[in-house]
Amino acid sequence: MESAKEISRENTRETLKIVVVGHVDHGKSTLIGRLLFDTESLPEGAIEKVKRICKEKGKFFEYAYLLDAFEEEQKQGITIDTTQIQFFTQNRDYIIIDAPGHKEFLKNMISGAANAEAALLIVDAQEGIQEQSKRHGYILSLLGIKKVYVIVNKMDLIDYSQEKFNQIKAEFSDFLSNLDVYPAKYIPVSAFRGENITQASKEMPWYQGESVLEALDLFDKEKGLEEKPLRFPIQDVYKFDDRRIVAGRIETGKLKVGDKILISPGNKTTTVKSIEHWVEKDRKDTVQAGMSVGITVADEFFNKRGEIISHLEDPPEATNLFKASLFWMGKADLLKGKKYKLKLTTQEIECEVYSINKVIDASSLETLEAGERVGTNDVAEVVIKTKQIVCFDSFGENQSTGRFVLVDGYDVSGGGIISGALEHINLAEDDPDSVLRVEKRVARTDWEQRDNQRGRVIWLTGTDQARFELAVRLEKELFDLRKRVYYLDSALLTRGLSSDVPPSDIDEHTRRTAEAAKILVDNGLIVIAAPLANADLDSPQLIIGQNDFVAVNVEDTNSVNKKLEEVLNLIIAK
Amino acid sequence: MDHLDQLETQSIYILREAYKKFGKLGMLWSIGKDSTVLLWLAKKAFFGHCPFPLIHVDTTFKIPSMIEYRDKLAKELGLDLIVHKNQEALDEGIGPEKGRLACCRALKTDGLQQVVTMYQFEGLILGIRRDEEGSRSKERVFSERNKDSEWDYTNQPPEFWDQFKTDFPKGNHIRVHPLLAWNELDIWAYIQRENIPLIDLYFSKNGKRYRSLGCWPCTGAIESNAANIDEIIEELKNTNVSERAGRMQDQEDAYAMQKLRKDGYM
Repeated sequence: MESAKEISRENTRETLKIVVVGHVDHGKSTLIGRLLFDTESLPEGAIEKVKRICKEKGKFFEYAYLLDAFEEEQKQGITIDTTQIQFFTQNRDYIIIDAPGHKEFLKNMISGAANAEAALLIVDAQEGIQEQSKRHGYILSLLGIKKVYVIVNKMDLIDYSQEKFNQIKAEFSDFLSNLDVYPAKYIPVSAFRGENITQASKEMPWYQGESVLEALDLFDKEKGLEEKPLRFPIQDVYKFDDRRIVAGRIETGKLKVGDKILISPGNKTTTVKSIEHWVEKDRKDTVQAGMSVGITVADEFFNKRGEIISHLEDPPEATNLFKASLFWMGKADLLKGKKYKLKLTTQEIECEVYSINKVIDASSLETLEAGERVGTNDVAEVVIKTKQIVCFDSFGENQSTGRFVLVDGYDVSGGGIISGALEHINLAEDDPDSVLRVEKRVARTDWEQRDNQRGRVIWLTGTDQARFELAVRLEKELFDLRKRVYYLDSALLTRGLSSDVPPSDIDEHTRRTAEAAKILVDNGLIVIAAPLANADLDSPQLIIGQNDFVAVNVEDTNSVNKKLEEVLNLIIAK
Repeated sequence: MDHLDQLETQSIYILREAYKKFGKLGMLWSIGKDSTVLLWLAKKAFFGHCPFPLIHVDTTFKIPSMIEYRDKLAKELGLDLIVHKNQEALDEGIGPEKGRLACCRALKTDGLQQVVTMYQFEGLILGIRRDEEGSRSKERVFSERNKDSEWDYTNQPPEFWDQFKTDFPKGNHIRVHPLLAWNELDIWAYIQRENIPLIDLYFSKNGKRYRSLGCWPCTGAIESNAANIDEIIEELKNTNVSERAGRMQDQEDAYAMQKLRKDGYM
């Protein structure tokens, strides 16, 4: 027979990521060690080495030591964290994400478990359900891991008693159903003795189900993400050449050339013009869930990171208030009313916890007193209010657009899943759409007629020295011609209006400069705008509008005179 | 999507996050197979462009044909390449005979730190993989370094749902690891599938080939007759020797790489 190791690593083979969780000492290491051994996934000589060490130290051999030996090479004394271990069956490859059981390592456990597609939740048959059995069950539910088997271990210590097994099964099902976790199987095993690990146990003839390994192969990979409504969050917009490419990963659904699409928030609609590629073999007309892609669209708007592309008929929710369950791992407590950064897909929005409805002890499901704060390692039900409109789905509908993290200062400190949108609270100060718009009595055309000029933006690019010289001279010339003109210097904006934007965020600086220029043009003004270096031309043109936008490039001071003349002629000609 | 498609799409997502979040971004390029795959992925992510400079920390002890290959490829592809040497240490006569770890520290760790300071990089993309060696298996995809490039591996932030560490105090930088989830065989299978041009040191000549590339005094070739990618893949499936067994700095002591990496080694 070919060993699993030999047939492994063909690239057409499927890989499933699983996590093993459970209370400390309930047999996680033994189970993993046993699986590695029984699937011949251990490095050669590992078992002999461990047996030799056990003998030297006068200890009995344990499968748990195999895992320790396996990890020893990786660990090299580094602190406990998650590690990844591979093993193989005839059917597919597995990656076990090993997450420590200690309470204080919740953030490591979550970093590992959040990437898992399925979980084994292990319980000691003798000790029964303990604090971390429950806590880990809760975390699995918050991470949306629905494919769960409960492994009832150490059956040998209770004489393989069916009665005791059924009792644990009933008790745990009861607890887990409150969390919306419904394990597909409960498997009685003795990892230490190898009962029900790879094949049916002779000690438990009353158990008719699969062994752990057989059952693992029955976990189905999550399928059907491409059948869900399209969710394509914009990650970035590129203009490296003459293409304007909207890039991102399709989280769910499918997208093809010619599709009519909706961009939220803002409800802009357009059509997919092309799906871009670099090497010829990557050419595609349809793309689907999981793929990192780039498209061009028929109508060019000012698209930006954070917007979500969907089909017209099935858009995401868009509001500023929603209900969520969250787990908190911050160094400091989560405080009601404090400002945090919310990251949801590629959206980043300031938010606050509007109310804390329930703080839950994750191990007992008891409600702690709900107040003004959520402590480290606690779980809570909250209402979150965002400063701008955020687009999402409820977690039950769509996992990737239904979950978010909260950043406190520099650190990701909590994660949450959205249970639903709440009615949009219309507060003038945080919702621009609700600000009362008054019909103005002086229109832009009135200004333009009175001043005998046409408002527009002269957008200067090139070397700093040349364009600054051009800007000041142009302003003076126009002033002398009695034109109403304003020189909008980006550097000035960075000290005031844009002082909250980091210098590296060129896109945001450019956007603000363009928006400010647009307001001034609305007053019939001629605006000379000098953006920060490296700003692209494309997005300001989209913001300001093609008719009002004049790009002027000046590379050296010798050509300033010529450019000045050109621009003046343009303005005088109107 | 198969296994390689999944790795590719995730790496592209990571590269695009890094490009969006860091104003000053560079990518380490060692001429080896992993960073060459990384360059290929960047060109896929950015539709034929590589919108950030590549950085080569040149120890001056590299296998000479690596440097030839570097300059040839950089010219062909029109790469924006920063080559940096820790000239001060070289002038003082540093070399492997002064101790391998001291040499690595001066010419690679310190050399890299000098580049970061000189160009004020906020983000550095590196082609390290989890399966290469112990301390790398503990890495995050976005991993913070303080102003001295030190790595606080005992207190790493949670990383989940592809929400990476992008907030950090000024002066610190983030090491971005798009290949963390790949293993050695994935790299070879991908090079084969995509037909990526690669330096010939990896292929057997006279019964020997390099499995991992580095400086000539500290990098050993392995006994092998694998002269093409199929044969390399076949060889790797049946070996129990680790990838970096030929890299002598790793073997200096049991914690060599952990010590080096804590101080900012790649």
